[in-house]
Amino acid sequence: MKVVVLGATSAIAQAAARIWAERGAEILLVARDPQKIAAVADDLRTRGAQVETLVQDLNQDHPGLLERAAPADVMLLAQGILGDPQRRDTDPDYAELVLRTNLVAPVRLLTLLAPHLRRGACIAALSSVAGDRGRAKVGVYGASKAGLDSMLSALRQRLGPAGVRVLTLKPGFVDTPMTAALPKTPLFASAAEVGAGVVRAVDSGRDGVVYLPWWWRFIMLVVKSLPERVFKRLTF
Amino acid sequence: MTESWGRYPQATHAREVPLAWRAALLLPATRPLLAYGQGRSYGDSCLNDGGTLLRTAGLDRFVSLDPQSGILRCEAGVTLGEILRLVVPRGLFLPVVPGTKHVSVGGAIANDIHGKNHHRAGTFGGHVRRLELLRSDGQRLELGPGDELFAATIGGLGLTGLITWAEIALRPIPVAAVRTEAIPFAGLDEFLALSDESDGQCEYTVAWLDVFSSALRGIFFRGDHAPGSPRAPRARAAVPLEMPVVNGATVRAFNAAYYAAQKLGGRARLQHWDSFFFPLDAVSRWNRLYGRRGFLQFQCVVPTREALREILRDPPPSPLTVLKRFGAIPSPGTLSFPRPGFTLALDLPNRGEETFAHFARLERLAIDAGGALYPAKDARMSKEAFARSYPRLPEFARHLDPGFSSSFWRRVTQ
Repeated sequence: MKVVVLGATSAIAQAAARIWAERGAEILLVARDPQKIAAVADDLRTRGAQVETLVQDLNQDHPGLLERAAPADVMLLAQGILGDPQRRDTDPDYAELVLRTNLVAPVRLLTLLAPHLRRGACIAALSSVAGDRGRAKVGVYGASKAGLDSMLSALRQRLGPAGVRVLTLKPGFVDTPMTAALPKTPLFASAAEVGAGVVRAVDSGRDGVVYLPWWWRFIMLVVKSLPERVFKRLTF
Repeated sequence: MTESWGRYPQATHAREVPLAWRAALLLPATRPLLAYGQGRSYGDSCLNDGGTLLRTAGLDRFVSLDPQSGILRCEAGVTLGEILRLVVPRGLFLPVVPGTKHVSVGGAIANDIHGKNHHRAGTFGGHVRRLELLRSDGQRLELGPGDELFAATIGGLGLTGLITWAEIALRPIPVAAVRTEAIPFAGLDEFLALSDESDGQCEYTVAWLDVFSSALRGIFFRGDHAPGSPRAPRARAAVPLEMPVVNGATVRAFNAAYYAAQKLGGRARLQHWDSFFFPLDAVSRWNRLYGRRGFLQFQCVVPTREALREILRDPPPSPLTVLKRFGAIPSPGTLSFPRPGFTLALDLPNRGEETFAHFARLERLAIDAGGALYPAKDARMSKEAFARSYPRLPEFARHLDPGFSSSFWRRVTQ
């Protein structure tokens, strides 16, 4: 099995990749930071994977990526930033950076790579429950994930007949470096737990939208069904 | 709320910083720093009241494993359980394991932990070949046996800086099961005879004592790696919330029942390594059984049989009492706890002054006999006891990182 991990230093991506590594998978890691990608690669090699790395800022152009990634069985799209809430809400360039990282770059990557996936391959993309409805606390992050959800939904329709599955993965709160600044509540799941959920979703052979852990589906069902005049007064 | 395993004392930390990358620098800090791994120290050696905790659980990557030589390099937050999951199928085992697999490599080094094979293998620190220490001034030092700072870091309670990775020499085991024997005994003389007989023959030995029995009965466990494939322990139970069930009556009944069960179970059996080494891991969060106020463990080492006899003359009502003879292999750390003699561990629910009085009396007996208490378990040791039982303290203090400190350190030195 060949797995391509885009945004390979993400905590959830690492957790999923460890499981694939124990199965002896061939893994291509793509990320920007050479030191971090080397640390992840060493870990996965020790656990049993054959690992290759490609150091690349995924917000920029993608020289060589298509050639290296081409025969993938699984493509895990994991790059993303939450962003500093204060800057996100006041600095236009920073707001754009969140959009570029979480939406523009993923759309470019999907556009580049999806047409070359073979029948039976699977695209698994990390979105977020935050994409389900815009909230003050997530701001443009939620908007970027809503955009990604829409793109993935379109791809699912387009690639279904070609035998390529598209999974929209929606974790809730996950205890990772991304959420280090948030106070930890009982709603938080560990990266290991969510990573295992990612692998389970890929193993299931299904496509569609998967909440991680699963009970977020019901929380978000309620959140989505609130009338706007009620929702706008909420502060969560 | 970040706690230690005994949940006493409680501490309030100004900040908790999760670490995710071993190559990252420490942020400039105005408050003292301390690494916190899995929080399995019992007292306050993993706490830093008013200071900053560097949480190392995210430093959980392996770096390399050479299956031929058994040399493993990994980040400091990797747990011993994760290591065993990786290496047992490859015919390797950790050279030393404590009573739980849920401790980090950094914690195992900082407390220079010991196990049931101390008489054969010495302490964990003796199997560490290299490590990297990140000091608060930004220096990154690769250290090994022979370096003074290495010796200070082994058993150094996290006070010499942040351990980012370590290299450990694993041992080959051709077989992953453990052939064990559980031998009932009554009285210290029988324990000593069993120790004399078994320590020469067996890799792993430890005894459990029922301090409520008038004859001081107990069960002597001994084991060796052996061929076979017994079943792995079943899904773990968990204590979901505060359940203060430890009291005089339940403890007495538990000890009697445990003794009877071991006696009935027959002497020899083939056990999965997980249930032999880590029986308490079968119940996650068992510390909650002691309720909100938590519990304290008294673990000492005393050099002679007479001293051990004296301490066990009038033991406090401990639900779980463990006894083992340490071997003569010197501990590598400047502040290491293990030394030749007998180590005894007693758990006591925290009942405030009444419990503290037991600790003060036991401490006096142990220290006057030339023994020492184990910082990893301690919440009560006096400054005098620490200085008397750790004579290399002045030498250790030269290697302290000025940016690091702990609740334990301030309690026993200031």
